[in-house]
Amino acid sequence: MIALSDYLMLGAILFSLSIAGIFLNRKNIIIILMCVELMLLAVNMNFIAFSRFLDDSAGQVFVFFILTVAAAEAAIGLAILIVVFRNRRTINVADLDTLKG
Amino acid sequence: MEKIYLAIAFTPLIGAIIAGFWGAQIGRAGAHWVTSVGVGISAFLSIIVLLGFITGHREAFNGSVYIWMISDGITFEVGFLVDTLTAMMMAVVTFVSFCVHIYTIGYMAHDEENWPTGSKAGTNSYQRFFSYISLFTFSMLLLVMSNNFLQLFFGWEAVGLVSYLLIGFWSNRETAIFANMKAFLVNRVGDFGFLLGIAAVAMYFNTVDYAEVFAKAPELANTQIQIWGDTSWSLMTVICILLFVGAMGKSAQVPLHVWLPDSMEGPTPISALIHAATMVTAGIFMVARMSPLYELSETALSFILIIGATTAFFTGLIGLVQNDIKRVVAYSTLSQLGYMTVALGASAYAAGIFHLMTHAFFKALLFLAAGSVIIAMHHEQDMRKMGGLKKYMPITYWTSLIGSLALIGLPGFSGFFSKDSIIEAVHHSQIPGAGYAYLMVILGVFITALYSFRMFFMVFHGEERMDEHTKQHLHESPRVVTVPLIMLAIPSVLIGGMTVSGVVFGDWFKDVIYVAPAHDVLKEIGFHSTIGFFFHGLFALPTLLAAAGVGVAYMIYMKNPEIADKIKSAASPLYTLLDKKYFVDELYQAVFAGGSRWLGKVFWKVGDQALIDGLIVNGSARSVGFLAGVIRQIQTGYLYHYAFAMILGLLLLLALFVN
Repeated sequence: MIALSDYLMLGAILFSLSIAGIFLNRKNIIIILMCVELMLLAVNMNFIAFSRFLDDSAGQVFVFFILTVAAAEAAIGLAILIVVFRNRRTINVADLDTLKG
Repeated sequence: MEKIYLAIAFTPLIGAIIAGFWGAQIGRAGAHWVTSVGVGISAFLSIIVLLGFITGHREAFNGSVYIWMISDGITFEVGFLVDTLTAMMMAVVTFVSFCVHIYTIGYMAHDEENWPTGSKAGTNSYQRFFSYISLFTFSMLLLVMSNNFLQLFFGWEAVGLVSYLLIGFWSNRETAIFANMKAFLVNRVGDFGFLLGIAAVAMYFNTVDYAEVFAKAPELANTQIQIWGDTSWSLMTVICILLFVGAMGKSAQVPLHVWLPDSMEGPTPISALIHAATMVTAGIFMVARMSPLYELSETALSFILIIGATTAFFTGLIGLVQNDIKRVVAYSTLSQLGYMTVALGASAYAAGIFHLMTHAFFKALLFLAAGSVIIAMHHEQDMRKMGGLKKYMPITYWTSLIGSLALIGLPGFSGFFSKDSIIEAVHHSQIPGAGYAYLMVILGVFITALYSFRMFFMVFHGEERMDEHTKQHLHESPRVVTVPLIMLAIPSVLIGGMTVSGVVFGDWFKDVIYVAPAHDVLKEIGFHSTIGFFFHGLFALPTLLAAAGVGVAYMIYMKNPEIADKIKSAASPLYTLLDKKYFVDELYQAVFAGGSRWLGKVFWKVGDQALIDGLIVNGSARSVGFLAGVIRQIQTGYLYHYAFAMILGLLLLLALFVN
């Protein structure tokens, strides 16, 4: 059948993809927000997998919490993005380097 | 008993302090009174002490005055050892100093003429001078009254310091400043050896007190030490030679003699006091005081003999070609110091000290007389511009004659007894080098007579070579100048005959100077009586040579002055050699002075500027800047790079610490 490790692998792959997405991205802040969502999704995948194979619904309940938090965080993230755009007039990641040493 | 010694040592210091700090307030008269009275009291008490020893009423005193510290079992203190040797030195030092103080009142009376107007150093220079000569007297007294090496060294350094201050007294003159630096630096070289010697004593004897060192010396007589590698050296030889290096610096022996002629830049009173009678004799005194140590090392005695002999003859030769009246007397002093050193090397310490005493009187006399001539000639010092001064300055003339006769050793005068004792002692000595020394001192007698009477005839006899203006103003010096001359002339004649039997051949130095039986040349001379010594010396070689010297000087400088010029052109290379003082000064300037300056430059340019400033200080700043520039590139400013770094760090921690 489909073993636990396969689900975990899926979660791991999703997570690393999202990390790669963050630092390989040079164009768009929205990509970063999407990658953050993807990270949360990968974690959700892990929770579901463990809940299925340990026969404990606590995992699924926790996924609800994570989803809620993800939604709130996405809303705030987008709001920050709007403010950044208003001040910097760009959402190109490469242009936001005022922290440069 | 102790209070008299404290008074002797400290009254000059009190005078010096008052004249030094409150010179402006007390004025000239105040300064010369307070210092002269201070030294006068010291002189009077010193003579009382000396009389006490002569009559046998006084016992030797060895006691501590002030303990400075006790470290590692060694006591460092101020203490007095007053025995017959000390008493003699004290009397000589204070008496000559007192004469010089009185003389200075006359000599420095118009000192304001020597300074440019508005000069700060020139204000109250008169008081400053008196303060210095009093301070010198104090330092010299502490040196001779010392009972331990530390105080000896303090006195040693202090007299060197005051000598520096006094040679450069006229600090607006460049030659004076050059001379005082030279004197101090050459002295320093000697002091370096001296300090090493004292350190060796402290290290191997575990004490710096004379009595303890002398008691312990025979035990360490055969100790060998290793200094570099495997060669062993006799400890006593090392210590004695190192201490003698100090004496070479202070008493101007070849090769450290170069400072003394230059020291004539100072005013004549100090040439008399310091560079004839007292400071330069400190080295001689020290070796005599350390006789228990020197008797244990024949090598050191040989070394002393050879150095002294070389000094006695070769510096006298230079005196023959000098035209400055003070330089002649300076080279004469160098030569006579050589005689004293030769006596020490031959283990005739008593004869050396005796010559020190007689020499102090007649050499100070000759310097002060030269000063009297200089004042009369309006500060002209070139003998070629003098002549025929006999009728203008009778007192100076007769005292100069007495001084010169004492110097050449005319039988009966004090110089005769002291010089002939030395010559006889060297003749009998078996120490290696004694033959060379005897030759040198004998030839030196001829040279001494020649230069002395060359000076005498050129200055006081012959045609008057000075200009009309000076001739109009020629007159005998004031009484403050001539009375000290007379005061010094009296012992120059009498003291020799009066004291030779007791001091040199008797038991005056019985428990003070120790001579090993094998070296005891003074006993071998077979002295019977002063009259006997007088008659024995009357037709002996030294007297004949002295007479020959006077005769030659008479023939050349009185009868036929052109011969002098003919000899000079005929023997021109020899003349140049003597005139340039064997090129020793040029050698030292090039090698030591130039070498030190070069070394200083290297340390400055390479060590300081390039290494410390450039490499270490600025270099570390620059490398920090460079590193910072490299590391700064991590701060890209891009948030996602920072987030990535955080994740990498987390992964690393997980990998390392989980499991």
